[in-house]
Amino acid sequence: MEYDGGDIMKEAGILSKEEIEKVTPPLDRAEKGPVAVIECLEKIPCDACGWACPFDAIIKERITVPPKIDYDKCTGCGQCVLVCPGLAIFLIELDGEKAKVTVPYEFLPEPRVGQEVVALDRRGLPVTKAKVLKVMRSKDKTLAVTIEVPRELFMEVRGIRI
Amino acid sequence: MLVPLNRRITSHPILEFPREKSVAFMFEGKRIEAYEGESIAAALYASGLKTFTRSYKRNRPRGWFCGIGKCSSCLMTVNGIPNVRTCIVPVKEGLNVRRQKQGLGTLPSSLYENPEVEKFDVELAVIGGGPAGLSAAITAKRLGCSTLVIDENFKAGGQLIKQTHKFFGSKENYAGVRGIDIAKILLKDLNELGGNWLLSSTVAADYIEGGKHVLIVPSLVEPKIRVIKAETVVVGTGARENMLIFPNNDLPGVYGAGGVQTLMNVFGIKPGERALVVGAGNVGLIIAYQLIQAGTSVEAIVEAMPRIGGYFVHAAKVRRLGVPIYLRHSIKRAIGKESVEAAEIVQLDENWNPVEGTERRIEVDTIVLAVGLTPASEIPAQAGCKLTYVPELGGQVAIHDPDLKTTIPGMYVAGDSSGIEEATTAMLEGRIAGADAALSLGYKPDEAERLKEKAKRDISEFRESPFGERPRKGKEKVWSMMEAIS
Repeated sequence: MEYDGGDIMKEAGILSKEEIEKVTPPLDRAEKGPVAVIECLEKIPCDACGWACPFDAIIKERITVPPKIDYDKCTGCGQCVLVCPGLAIFLIELDGEKAKVTVPYEFLPEPRVGQEVVALDRRGLPVTKAKVLKVMRSKDKTLAVTIEVPRELFMEVRGIRI
Repeated sequence: MLVPLNRRITSHPILEFPREKSVAFMFEGKRIEAYEGESIAAALYASGLKTFTRSYKRNRPRGWFCGIGKCSSCLMTVNGIPNVRTCIVPVKEGLNVRRQKQGLGTLPSSLYENPEVEKFDVELAVIGGGPAGLSAAITAKRLGCSTLVIDENFKAGGQLIKQTHKFFGSKENYAGVRGIDIAKILLKDLNELGGNWLLSSTVAADYIEGGKHVLIVPSLVEPKIRVIKAETVVVGTGARENMLIFPNNDLPGVYGAGGVQTLMNVFGIKPGERALVVGAGNVGLIIAYQLIQAGTSVEAIVEAMPRIGGYFVHAAKVRRLGVPIYLRHSIKRAIGKESVEAAEIVQLDENWNPVEGTERRIEVDTIVLAVGLTPASEIPAQAGCKLTYVPELGGQVAIHDPDLKTTIPGMYVAGDSSGIEEATTAMLEGRIAGADAALSLGYKPDEAERLKEKAKRDISEFRESPFGERPRKGKEKVWSMMEAIS
């Protein structure tokens, strides 16, 4: 729809600039390999990510305190991406001019490795075309899809469309 | 009218619909092909029927709405029996189904003259086999209490069986597990413990006789009435969906959120092609996501409040799919003659009044209302529990204490029927009520006490979230009322 409900609607469900900064991992860490980005800042009662992490990299002080991440312990394995009930965890990895972004995905058709998909931002708007590098799968059918995008989009791309 | 149409979903990213055995029944002289496990109403909807009944005075069309036997939009005559809630009665080979003139059925003269009456005793009768009821039964049964779970539906598990999303919460309370999988776990637990079931059965009355509860439980599928004597009763009857007032809100195509989940996630039937969701609480946000998974496009979510009511992460999920959320907006009217053809939305000012000139028409065939729930308190009310209206809990609830005990000895409430909250707290409340019921009968007091205290600690931790503040306040209100009474 062309109708724009005004500023108030644009912000609903979209992280602010400051919030994005807050959840962005140190870039030197992201250069070394994949790392989790947890876009969960509210005090919701949940600790799924905390126990899903095989490396104790996600700290849940209390069930209602938002998760904190220990970037040195995180290996970017993606278990948390597959488990998070809010689908709010992503992986990023910086590699020269490119970035790899991993997003949770629960739709059909399933993406295939090598396939070209449309990368979407937090508003669901297309930002670039991207190649699928990897598809992980949880036993309850959540996929974690890794795509390659231009480096500058690593904190922008958060979804895919096939 | 019936059109050659099959609304059944054949592939879904999360769910599988096996549809192993086909059955056929007659609908107003026409043969309808369906699958075992479908309700009559679902099978009719799948075949393209939208008008299930007509309003008495104005002959207005009415269709699918709640899908769980809590409204009256699908009453039909089945094998001569009038006013059958076709959404909770399963299809069977050879059934004869017809709609009722002006929505009214005619009572048959002889069918129910001599129903079979079966009597039995149980220590704990649980009314409602959803998250609260199942947890109560499992806990009590584990402690040694004999249990019977009674449910109106022919599928056990309550609303869990349509929750395809993963739950929040703590590990021991199934965080990260889909609701549908939690239902499987709970059902397996109860069955392994040997807990008894009575499906397709409705509790018509609960009264006290000789210090015991006597439940009158007619079957919805056969001429049979059970008279059950129970030492204790846990009411876990859940909630019903709230309606919103707007012109044409009764048109087929306007559905409750749970009704839509029932269609698409239980029966694998696509509600429509294009939808508007009203309400951006967790239910509305989750529904929007699940509609897209079912292949229905979501044109927008409107929310009267200036902010999202549900979790940010749920909102972010649907925004990433390109769904706009219009805050301070509501639906002005549904447009259509026999069913929804479009919706008109409008912006609201700070006093919730529509802002003239901001109306927009959205082309949709489906309008989903996710505007809250009301506790189902009929059984506590009929049994004589003291009720109270608590806005924070969504309506009238039986006054109860932290053990979920009501003012009627031996009767407990748990889950949404004790105050609208959510499934994890419903499970925890079920555990508390089940443990206390067993405790009251003298079963493993230490163990029962321990289970109860653990569930109480979990629930209070859960309610520490800002999202738990409202229900917590509501609960504190009823607890203090209970204290004042006793």
